Amino acid sequence: MFDWFKRTLTHYANPLDLMHFGIMGMNQRNVNYIGRYNQRRLYPLVDNKLLTKRLAMEYGVNSPKLIGTVEDQHDIDDILNILGDKTEFCIKPAQGSGGKGILVVTARSGESFIKGSGQAINMHDLRRHLSNILAGLFSLGGKQDIALIEDLIHFDPVFEGYSYEGVPDTRVIVFKGFPVMSMMRLSTKASDGKANLHQGAVGVGICIRTGKAVRAVQHNDPIEYHPDTGKDLFKLQVPHWHEVLTLAASCYNMSGLGYIGTDIVLDKNRGPMLLELNARPGLAIQTANNAGLVPRLRLIEALSKRRGYSVAERVAFAQEHFGVYNG
Amino acid sequence: MVSRGVFYIVTAILFVTGLLFMIYQHVTFDVPFFPGEEREIWTVEAKVDFEPNGNVPATVDLALPAVQPGFTQLSQSTASVGYGTSYVLRQQNSYVEWTKRAPLGLQTLYYRADFLRDDSAAASSMTIPELKQNTEPEPYATAMREIAEAARQRSSDPFSFMVQTIDELKRQPETASFLLTQYRREELLLHILELAQIPARVVGVLDLEDGRRNRTLTTRIAVFDGPHYEIFDPADGSSGINRQQLIWHNHDGSLLDVQGGSNAHLSFSTLRGSLPAAQAGELKVKAAQAAGAETVNLSISSLPLEEQSLFKGILLLPIGVIIVVFLRVIVGVKTSGTFMPVLIAMAFLQTSLLVGLIGFVSIVAIGLVVRSWLSHLNLLLVARISAVIITVIAIIGAISFITYKIGLTEGVKVTFFPMIILSWTIERMSILWEEEGYKEVLKQGGGSLFVAVCAFIAMDSYVIEHLTFNFLGLQLVILSLVLLMGNYTGFRLSELKRFKPLAQNIKSGRNGDETELEADRLKRERKELKAEQPAQQPWQLRRGDRLDEREDQR
Repeated sequence: MFDWFKRTLTHYANPLDLMHFGIMGMNQRNVNYIGRYNQRRLYPLVDNKLLTKRLAMEYGVNSPKLIGTVEDQHDIDDILNILGDKTEFCIKPAQGSGGKGILVVTARSGESFIKGSGQAINMHDLRRHLSNILAGLFSLGGKQDIALIEDLIHFDPVFEGYSYEGVPDTRVIVFKGFPVMSMMRLSTKASDGKANLHQGAVGVGICIRTGKAVRAVQHNDPIEYHPDTGKDLFKLQVPHWHEVLTLAASCYNMSGLGYIGTDIVLDKNRGPMLLELNARPGLAIQTANNAGLVPRLRLIEALSKRRGYSVAERVAFAQEHFGVYNG
Repeated sequence: MVSRGVFYIVTAILFVTGLLFMIYQHVTFDVPFFPGEEREIWTVEAKVDFEPNGNVPATVDLALPAVQPGFTQLSQSTASVGYGTSYVLRQQNSYVEWTKRAPLGLQTLYYRADFLRDDSAAASSMTIPELKQNTEPEPYATAMREIAEAARQRSSDPFSFMVQTIDELKRQPETASFLLTQYRREELLLHILELAQIPARVVGVLDLEDGRRNRTLTTRIAVFDGPHYEIFDPADGSSGINRQQLIWHNHDGSLLDVQGGSNAHLSFSTLRGSLPAAQAGELKVKAAQAAGAETVNLSISSLPLEEQSLFKGILLLPIGVIIVVFLRVIVGVKTSGTFMPVLIAMAFLQTSLLVGLIGFVSIVAIGLVVRSWLSHLNLLLVARISAVIITVIAIIGAISFITYKIGLTEGVKVTFFPMIILSWTIERMSILWEEEGYKEVLKQGGGSLFVAVCAFIAMDSYVIEHLTFNFLGLQLVILSLVLLMGNYTGFRLSELKRFKPLAQNIKSGRNGDETELEADRLKRERKELKAEQPAQQPWQLRRGDRLDEREDQR
């Protein structure tokens, strides 16, 4: 009995250690950060991608161009007009979560479309997909939803080989406008092209100062090479890093939310673009960075509340303090 | 944002209020904290027999039992064919009065009262008797005076005087037997006490024994010292009254008065009963209210029976809820649907655990199979859920029908499952299966069942049912605990496991070019930052600064 207890105990971390390392738990995130810094009334801005996009356009924050929206069944009949002569586009539900319901079309010939996976679909399938989005098949709680049609993102070739299908995106946690921690999420075969870490995507912690990879994990375990492509993950260096941070930091001014996760993609032509915001960013980023969030957040909380900081100042402050590599 | 201080004060107030409320109910209504406590109830029946005097109207007055410490009278009733009954006050003493115009033959009247053995009862209807002068004729008066003088010498107060008087009567057997030829023993004692100017009276006491009939009152003497009195046995001078004795007649008026009749005979029968303490408390409050006392009764049991059983279920819900909060916030169990486990547990309460578990697992399993087929049809959400609901009803119907037909009547109870909730559970698990794989379904499904079983065990407990039903204050205590847990920012048990590899990695090596632990470096930097900006907290600011701050916020 005692032995069994001892053996079980080895699977559990000492909470005092976790506190010392400043690792944030779910309860602390919910009560002290989300609950305290995110106003409820601002949530729709991030939960609805259409509102986020409109806001981004208003604030001049770079994001994929909106081709059109499908708001009711009637619009579905009009889909060919909305698409115009676009051959590459992406359809997503405005209130989808976890990458559900996203349809990527990379090529088109008349009424036949080629999906990102190479599979061909016809007009009928496209309409059904739109109809499912409107009925709330992919939204939380099955609410009625609308479909966004956006320009396809051509991801930057520097990421070639770092991701198995799917677009590698950069998640930056922004606290009171300061980028505090960041990681890249690389989809794998195991994660089925999705960028969710708990489904088996690779998380690569990114140094805030330099944009270089700090550490990579899959399923909580440190790894060095991408499991599908074999690429050395430690060679990863996010280009335009300063611009990425600036984009992330300006999302605070735009949304008014104090604690957010910003998902940023790098387009080879248009540079860093805001994909979506998340008012309840997950905790796995700590594992990818091999560091706790709390010390970084508390450093920012210690800053004078009376002094306003510009975006550039905030990025500079973050780069000065939250670096892992010296240069 | 409410400040922490206010939050803790409110929580503490809720907790203390709830607790005080429970204690109030415990003290005032005698509601025990644990079920199964029983109270003793004595049913006493007085039977009056008499022969009417021809065709004259009869009026029978019987003194009602005394109000006394140790007993609370719960109810009284009379049974007497053809008699008018009323409860009357005669010279401040209560009587039951039977009246009849023309009684014929042997008459029997019954009076019945229920007494709760109640140690908290302290009221007494005993009044101090008036002092009388001893006007007994000689030579008896002289003999009494002798006894009284001897007893006075040996005593210090009225009570010891009484004891010594009885002793003295034993010591002087000749004088005693001489006096007892003229007086009854209790009468003699009263006269002797008169000589010493000690108020005293004869009281009638009933010995309570289970299942006894044809008892009569035994005679005791109450001796007064100021407002206090003590009761003595006139035969041997032993003082006090034991727990199994009920004072019936405690005043100077008559015990039984029959007009228009003769050969009256009064006898008592006693019967012991027991009652759950909560019910006894209830009856006690009702009796007090009937007597005109103003007590606020906040117990559910003052409601009609049907509403009571409804409340019984509702009041158990918070117990399930607090278990869900605990298991999710402190332990970190994953469940499918936040409060679905509580509802499942409520269903288990109706079906019993084993039948419930088998029923739940089979319904969800069959539902998942059907649902996976439905997903091929690519239906719209509302239609799909509706189809699942109908499927669930069909499954439940089939299970109860089949189990009934093969003789397992227990199976019929699956109809107690909340069908809409089950349908959503199936829908959610099915989506989970498609998106995250079966492992996650087993994890969340297992978590839900685990929480449901925990909630069931708690809600099924007789003690907890008793507490929630009888102590509404408990709800406030639960509320405060839920609030407190809602404020818990520490790690969940499951996170200690989740972050174990992270903690090990942090311990085993630094990141990149770091030379010291990041947490330590940032802590140091924070201190430096604070040192540079001393005026951080509002109370550290000068008045002028504070104004600035207000403007900033605008």
